[in-house]
Amino acid sequence: MNLRLILKLAAVAGILTAISLWMGQVAYSWLPPPASAEAVLVDGLFSLMTAIGTFIFCGVVGTVIYSALFQRAGKYDESDGPPIEGNLTLEVVWTAIPIVLVIWIAAASYRVYDQMSILGPMEHIHMGMGEAIAAPMDMAQGMPETAGLEPEAIEVHARQWVWEFYYPEANVTSTELHLPKDRRIKLALTSEDVLHGFYIPAFRVKQDVIPGRDIDFEFTPILEGKYRLRDSQYSGTYFAAMQADVVVESPDAYQQWLATAAKSPLKPGLNPSYDEYQRTGGDDHRPGWKTVPPAPAPMVNYVGS
Amino acid sequence: MTNISIDALAPERQEPSPGEPENWWRFFTFSTDHKVIGIQYIVTAFVFFLIGGFLAMVMRGELITPEADLVDRTVYNALFTMHGTLMLFMWTFPVLNGLSNYLVPLQIGARDMAFPRLNAVAFWLVPIFGVILMASFLVPGGPSQSGWWAYPPVSLQNPTGNLINGQALWLVAVALSGVSSIMGAVNIVTTIVRMRAPGMTFFKMPVFCWTVMAAQIIQLFGLPALTAGAVMLLFDLMVGTSFFDPAKGGDPVLYQHFFWFYSHPAVYVIMLPIFGVFSELFPVYARKPLFGYKVVAVSSFIITGLSGIVWVHHMFASGTPGWMRMLFMFTTMTISVPTGIKVFAWVATIWGGKLKLNTAMLFALGGMTMFVFAGITGIMLASTPVDIHVNNTYFVVGHFHYVLYGSMTMGMFAALYHWFPKMTGRMYYEGLGKLHFVLAFVGTNLNFLPMHPAGLMGMPRRVASYDPEFAFWNVLASLGGFLLGVSTLPFLLNMISSWVQGEKAPANPWRAIGLEWMVASPPPHENFDEIPTVIAEPYGYGKNEPLTAQQAALQQLASTEVA
Ligand code: HEM
Ligand SMILES: [Cu+2]
Ligand SMILES: [Cu+2]
Repeated sequence: MNLRLILKLAAVAGILTAISLWMGQVAYSWLPPPASAEAVLVDGLFSLMTAIGTFIFCGVVGTVIYSALFQRAGKYDESDGPPIEGNLTLEVVWTAIPIVLVIWIAAASYRVYDQMSILGPMEHIHMGMGEAIAAPMDMAQGMPETAGLEPEAIEVHARQWVWEFYYPEANVTSTELHLPKDRRIKLALTSEDVLHGFYIPAFRVKQDVIPGRDIDFEFTPILEGKYRLRDSQYSGTYFAAMQADVVVESPDAYQQWLATAAKSPLKPGLNPSYDEYQRTGGDDHRPGWKTVPPAPAPMVNYVGS
Repeated sequence: MTNISIDALAPERQEPSPGEPENWWRFFTFSTDHKVIGIQYIVTAFVFFLIGGFLAMVMRGELITPEADLVDRTVYNALFTMHGTLMLFMWTFPVLNGLSNYLVPLQIGARDMAFPRLNAVAFWLVPIFGVILMASFLVPGGPSQSGWWAYPPVSLQNPTGNLINGQALWLVAVALSGVSSIMGAVNIVTTIVRMRAPGMTFFKMPVFCWTVMAAQIIQLFGLPALTAGAVMLLFDLMVGTSFFDPAKGGDPVLYQHFFWFYSHPAVYVIMLPIFGVFSELFPVYARKPLFGYKVVAVSSFIITGLSGIVWVHHMFASGTPGWMRMLFMFTTMTISVPTGIKVFAWVATIWGGKLKLNTAMLFALGGMTMFVFAGITGIMLASTPVDIHVNNTYFVVGHFHYVLYGSMTMGMFAALYHWFPKMTGRMYYEGLGKLHFVLAFVGTNLNFLPMHPAGLMGMPRRVASYDPEFAFWNVLASLGGFLLGVSTLPFLLNMISSWVQGEKAPANPWRAIGLEWMVASPPPHENFDEIPTVIAEPYGYGKNEPLTAQQAALQQLASTEVA
């Protein structure tokens, strides 16, 4: 290789790197603002992968476009190109690069997954790792006030097609999920009928809810606000309507909410699928094909909006 | 005698060759000619592609606004179930089987497939289960609404209570499709192993045949799992067994393992032959040998091997323990190594060549670039933490449509244009072809790129309605979808009119190297008067060496005459 070629390649690599780093930053803006500690980790990983992906995509596609533009045969040119059948060095290099990238990305993903520990610290025993990393990430994230507290335990019941939340300590039932900020949350996910998916995009966490199983699921909200919980595992006719609001508030406001709710009498909670089913004509008059009828609204202390 | 099909040579040597339109009726018969069967497969699959595409247009019509307003939710759910099922079981698999049927015997220098009758039976099952699938629109309760994954318990719910319901028909159709595909796979693998022309060692075989063989081996080890899962689900549904029904102590996640143990490798059944198409086309239109031929060929089998140990990446959000998530994350990512090798080899093949950008080459280039994009989003999906967020969102829908439309379907168009003169004996119209390419390329990106941001923002897939924050991306996607619908018109016009009245094609219009280009267009019934003896590697562009012994002798003769 002569010097000019090396310089040219270095210049191209430099430009590609700059574009890739920039895309890696832009990638954050494609995601909703991170509202949980897990979201911060996932976004970082996504940004890294976007940057690497951009580099590869631009490298490969740029080369192809260059060829398509500048290496075309002339109109009457019937001759062949140079009969190059391979190049050992090149082939070794482009086998080695993906191997290195795969190891890098896998290691980074492993670390992030480990730090998230969304399925609870239990799994670390299975994975043969020390308890130390299993401690919820609160410390790493710098949340001294709540670091020592037990996770806040909440039960989530899914059925076709409504979410119901139960706070065992305060004996409160709700169709809106309230969560204290900066506190590890531990959900017990259960389903009464089919698979559902517990998914809060702002938190970047998702877990299938499986009938006949009790699944513990953990995360830490870090940003006050109102978010959306969506069903992510297809669950039948009104699947798309199976959503609920998620409210993250300060620990004080949260306790306040629990106390007020505990004193409220039970009333039917929010149930969009049931309402739509009734509105469109119930069992026999609905348009379309026959469906499993939606479950009636759960009786709750707090309805939400 | 290895090269004679088991049925022995058909007696009537004058039987018409497949391409000529005057004899169109034989495409409706139980023909055992692999070329007729190949075209039967391709045309049948394309009809179902149009139906599946029409269902997709209705879905995009529904999704152009956030509310569920155009069709009822049950109808929408049936639409995406049938769209996905038709596209996979009635378009990708049959059309690839058609291409393989047509090309493999010609490329390896055989007179037909190893088992011509089995071949015809495997094909005729396709319209049968296609009709069963479509018939489910007519039964009370409508077609299956549980998606093409048919996860229990939703797939077991059966609100009408009828024994004959859409889900049952769906399962019967899928099981029959499995039977047909296994027949096809046995036939194709046997043909490639046993019927290659003299001199055609594996390392003189075109990459398309390598990839087809690698793909069909997946069918052989994977399909039994899917078919078993489908039959067990059918029992649960119709007889009341409790394999997967949690209400009766069954395990719904077990079904997911059965299903994905096949259905992940199935994406390589779909993509590997398209890798083969890219590997055939780039050398022809860049006028250079395939870069790293042997490595490209062998990496197909590395992909086959790896594809069998990655299925749990579809279950990262299921009740899968952490160690399994990490293990399958790693195995999944390793597939990018053999795949990357192929991509880099194609780029190196193109680089420094003398490119001819006709329709076939444009589709191949477009398909390859969109595959690179899909590969990158695929690695993102392999990374468990990222997948936990985007799994079951529109990000996934965007990703797999880049694979299935952007690469597989575009690659199939490339193949159809490239081999159209061989199959029909006619040239297609370049102008219409290029129009098709531009519409399809713009349409694909407009339709499927916006699905990625929608998914990253948290829009779940399989929804008939969605929150207004996603509306912008969905309007774009719907416009792209309609554009894709339009893009099939110039294709249809082109294929039909040039088959009927196109310019007659010579034996080798692209100056391509390969046994299929050494016979007439369309090839005679028995393909080869005399089975050629292969003496060179398949991609000798720029090397001026003969591919077969006969050709060498002829050239020898010609040069001595001159001297
Ligand atoms: C005109 C082009 C197409 C359009 C507009 C289109 C649109 C869609 C839409 C809107 C969905 C629903 C996504 C969801 O909510 O999960 C979908 C699903 C799907 N599509 Fe397509 N698609 C097109 C072509 C294709 C092709 C060519 C294939 C395969 C070769 C394909 C395979 C699938 C599959 C497997 C599903 C999943 C179905 C399921 O979840 O059960 N599509 N498509
Ligand atoms: Cu649900
Ligand atoms: Cu997969």
